[in-house]
Amino acid sequence: MNRKRISLRQELPLLVWLVIVWCALWQDFGPGNLLFGALIAIVVARLFYLPPVELGGRFNVLRAVPFALVFLAKVVAASFQVLYLAVAKGPRVLSAVIAVPLRSHSDLLVTATGHVISLIPGSLVVEVDRSTSTLYIHGVNVRDAADAAKLRKDVRDTEAGLIRIMGTKEEVSALKQEVGS
Amino acid sequence: MNPEPFSADMVIDAVSAVFMVVGALMSLAAAVGLLRFPDLLSRMHAATKPQVLGLFLLLSAVGLQMRSLWVWPVLVVAWIFQLLTVPVSAHMVGRAGYRTKHLHRERLSSDELEAVVQHAARKRGSTDEEQRGG
Repeated sequence: MNRKRISLRQELPLLVWLVIVWCALWQDFGPGNLLFGALIAIVVARLFYLPPVELGGRFNVLRAVPFALVFLAKVVAASFQVLYLAVAKGPRVLSAVIAVPLRSHSDLLVTATGHVISLIPGSLVVEVDRSTSTLYIHGVNVRDAADAAKLRKDVRDTEAGLIRIMGTKEEVSALKQEVGS
Repeated sequence: MNPEPFSADMVIDAVSAVFMVVGALMSLAAAVGLLRFPDLLSRMHAATKPQVLGLFLLLSAVGLQMRSLWVWPVLVVAWIFQLLTVPVSAHMVGRAGYRTKHLHRERLSSDELEAVVQHAARKRGSTDEEQRGG
């Protein structure tokens, strides 16, 4: 079989996640269960091979915590907005499909940005162009060009936040230059 | 159990009651949105999104009521799996819906994907003809 060998460092996040799921399901984080979970995680990762996720090689926890809090606040605000739209506007609501070119070309960041954007109510990824890393986003209640520009800025800001958390060093410095200029 | 008016139990009960009611309200929002929004894509917003918050609130209420620390990891894992799968399913349905033209164009204020799709379709059409010719 022609398999690209994955280094343990690259596989570690997956293994840790599998152990957490295992222990959470047993509701037992004792040493024996952790060890057995790790064993099963390694066997599962070997048997059911997945193409490795190409990580940026860094993860900034200090940036991740405020990002998660802002994300939760946005979800709360937007959930109530969708509730209001459903009740008040209903069939008269206007939407738009807009193209948002992203800075990063890494699969992980494009996927993460698409996920975060899809989870915040009011926007949905309809199509992804991987070659140009462009997201086509359907936004609800986008009435005119100003709303579209606002949604586009939201998506770009979300991506900037994700780059600061787990982008590569080159992406972060490019971002700094962009913000500085 | 505790006759004091402001015991910890009461506060926890009150908080989880609020969480459950608001969580149920989010389910109601999904139902109202499904009925009232005009096309598939805007219905996807109502069907998937308020559930992210609704499930979060309901799971938090369950966690508060169980009074056990070890139930929290299960709830967190359940929520994370929901976070990972909701956008994927919404994207797949939305994409299929867009491609099969289950949308009301008159309810879109702009559509920047249409031109790209038509361009790609023309390009594919011309390469198909070239292949057939050659």
